[in-house]
Amino acid sequence: MDILKKSFKKSIWVFHLSAAACNNCDIEVLELLTPRYDIERFGMKLVGSPRHADALLVCGAISAHAKPRLLEVYRQTPKPCLVVLFGSCGCSSGIFRDSYSIVGPVDKILKEEDPDVKIVYIPGCPPKPEAMIEGIVMGLGAL
Amino acid sequence: MKRTIVPLGPYHPLLEEPEHFKLYVEGEKVMELDVEIGYNHRGIEKLSESKTWDQVPYLVERICGICSTSHPFAYCLAVEDLLGCKIPERAELIRVVIAELERIHSHLLWLGLAGHFIGYNTVWMWAWKYRETILEICEKLTGNRNHYAMFKPGGVRRDFNDEQIEYGLNRIEELVKPLTMLTNAILDDPVIHKRLKGVGVLSYEDAVLYSALGPTSRASGVPWDARWDEPLAGFKDLNWKIITQEDGDVFAKAVVRLLECFESISLIKQGLEKMTDGPIDARIKEVPPGEGCGRYEAPRGEVIHYVRSDGSNMPYRHKIRAPTFNNLPTFRVSCVGETIADVALITASIDPCYCCTERVGVVDECGNEKILREDDLIRLSIEKTEQIIKDLGKIPTLYSKEI
Ligand code: SF4
Repeated sequence: MDILKKSFKKSIWVFHLSAAACNNCDIEVLELLTPRYDIERFGMKLVGSPRHADALLVCGAISAHAKPRLLEVYRQTPKPCLVVLFGSCGCSSGIFRDSYSIVGPVDKILKEEDPDVKIVYIPGCPPKPEAMIEGIVMGLGAL
Repeated sequence: MKRTIVPLGPYHPLLEEPEHFKLYVEGEKVMELDVEIGYNHRGIEKLSESKTWDQVPYLVERICGICSTSHPFAYCLAVEDLLGCKIPERAELIRVVIAELERIHSHLLWLGLAGHFIGYNTVWMWAWKYRETILEICEKLTGNRNHYAMFKPGGVRRDFNDEQIEYGLNRIEELVKPLTMLTNAILDDPVIHKRLKGVGVLSYEDAVLYSALGPTSRASGVPWDARWDEPLAGFKDLNWKIITQEDGDVFAKAVVRLLECFESISLIKQGLEKMTDGPIDARIKEVPPGEGCGRYEAPRGEVIHYVRSDGSNMPYRHKIRAPTFNNLPTFRVSCVGETIADVALITASIDPCYCCTERVGVVDECGNEKILREDDLIRLSIEKTEQIIKDLGKIPTLYSKEI
């Protein structure tokens, strides 16, 4: 637990990954960077590589095509890491659940890969930016 | 010179259809380009066959987060075409208002990203700041920032009350001033001129040949607009015009989008002012066997929905054609002969939300692979802007490298 405390005490860096989302969640994530919400004041920062990230933001139901990529990104992220599932799609595959090309939900896939994975769910379609900020902060608090 | 292949993509988190580009380059110049689409496939058309007529709008709304009004709009038009029914006037105007709000926020989103690509992060932040105003109006009018769930075959789901109409009118008026300022700042900036003019030219002939749609074709002087060609209920009584430009380059596309925002503001104001009391729903009971087709001008171009009914409560077949599908192949003409630094910009110029291309790999003929990340692409683009600034000898006010 010590290492967890240490690694999440300061600013967290997040890597954003989207797979078979409707891209609205992704835009709301970018929205967080803009002057109105400005998550960088909390020290959160979007980074370009999972190897630099403390947390993964996953949007979207996972399509069969995207699953290997999701797992690869998860393996590349240094552990311990927090996985934040954005939107109804991320939490439960949402409206696309019954589709033939969807293999999600994400949490199931990740738990198969790593049973100890730490997951935060932020439902909503898309979640409001305030909800996103609160979700991440609460997730960190719970850890 | 040796020819190299640069694969671009396929993962592209901001896009409804992630796509994969292969650039064939000689040195810096792009000689040929191949586009592959079909990633991020969610089987929407098939899913739609398992939803009832009333549920489908929720599904098609989620095809794309930015065009989340255009798809239901086209779908509802298709069902109404099948039924041959007419919707009440108030519903028509509510549809116009929501659809035009969406157009403004989509164009501003594009503008911001385009600014980001050339290193003008101020433009990015400004455009997205004004976009927030639109999202707030949307939230007030419909209850959600995106995915409004306002449309249903035969009308709209929710009515506006007087307070909402007044709020909408006031807030949209507020937007005119900052937007004018932003437009003038962009159109006056010498570096933006140099950077965008003459880049990625799509000629009139090519635009017609490739059936380019939306602002992509209008920037090449082709006045195609589904709202106008097939006078859509609601739009035909309002006073507006199609914006076209002649040059077909990235600059012209930006100008078309910026000026369209003002047309949209005027349409929203007219729509809200003209609204008279009345029903908002034509109350469709049954959908008989038959087929219908709906066309609507989404922010990126015309979307077409086709539905066929066998008389049950679900569509028998639902076919969707999104505008990016037509606009993508235009890269074959507009990217060829340009430098790699411009490719990100040109591909962005048709607005496939080209923001987060995951990576670019440069493969030379011996099969050695060099991976360029999205950051590298943007870096190349920013470097080119800096070069122009250096040649010019002074730093423009809008320019800022820091995010
Ligand atoms: S949760 Fe909703 S907004 Fe987010 S990706 Fe899924 S459908 Fe789109």
